[in-house]
Amino acid sequence: MPLIAGVLPFSMVAGIAAVQVGFTPLESVMFSVIGYAGSAQLIAAQLFGAGSPVALIVLSSLVVNLRFAMYSASLLPLFGGVPTRARWPLAYLMTDQAFALTMGRPDTETDPARYYAGAAVPMWLTWQAGTAVGALLGARIPPEWPLDFAVPLSFIALLVPVLRTRPQLLAAAVSGVAAVAAHDLPFRLNLILGAACGVAAGLWAQRAGRRAA
Amino acid sequence: MKVWLVIFGVGVVSLLLRASSLVLLRGRTLPPGLLASLGLVPAAVLSALVVPELLVHGGDFRPLGPRLVAGIAAALIAWKTRNVLWTLLGGLGLLFGFGALGWH
Repeated sequence: MPLIAGVLPFSMVAGIAAVQVGFTPLESVMFSVIGYAGSAQLIAAQLFGAGSPVALIVLSSLVVNLRFAMYSASLLPLFGGVPTRARWPLAYLMTDQAFALTMGRPDTETDPARYYAGAAVPMWLTWQAGTAVGALLGARIPPEWPLDFAVPLSFIALLVPVLRTRPQLLAAAVSGVAAVAAHDLPFRLNLILGAACGVAAGLWAQRAGRRAA
Repeated sequence: MKVWLVIFGVGVVSLLLRASSLVLLRGRTLPPGLLASLGLVPAAVLSALVVPELLVHGGDFRPLGPRLVAGIAAALIAWKTRNVLWTLLGGLGLLFGFGALGWH
């Protein structure tokens, strides 16, 4: 439940952000249904507003959503008896929150796939409802309000919990500096450049840490 | 037209990544080096998104603006409360307040 309460404002920001860069409310809702990717939706809206080409927007969403590949690999051992036709919808419903809940499920839980679905479905419903409300509100908000700031604030709320290890802290620091240094690049290419520098620095720190241990 | 290309492009990419091990690779696992770098991606990407928003305004590097102060305060709120709503309200409230005081 506390996770759902946290997702609702985030989904509303996603709905507002899409409408403010020129999506219709219907397109904004369909983006949530088809994409169903919180951070990637916000980034895509920002890049769309900056006039980036489609290929770059899709590439950025690939980078941001790479973590799903990691979740997918981690969940695989828990989905042993689940047939392929059920795996597609379960994969579609994957979120950071559903993954975290499933990995931290109580020991008494005998059916992890069912537990995962129980976490993922309410999350999906919350997200769709929130984006719809945001998309309808977005058109009514006076443009002089600095509501665009809600987007980086949502990212701050996501960033803080993933800064747990030294390599992750270094990756974030290097990435932030590089993204600012390269802010003059067109189409917000500083995002991909910064992220690549950050991951490289984090990998270096992981390797150095292992050698020291 | 461009909107729908974005919607379907992001949708297909997201679904394929989510289905990668669960459906598509079926038992074959990703190399450990790749998984190690995936663990760093959220921190790096989110930081590359956030930091320029706090330090660059209207295309100019502006190290000490109201957005930086509001952003740092919001990060502290996020760290203490782990709550998206308080983080949003705190950061936006401060930025509105600074604007009302004439600090843009």
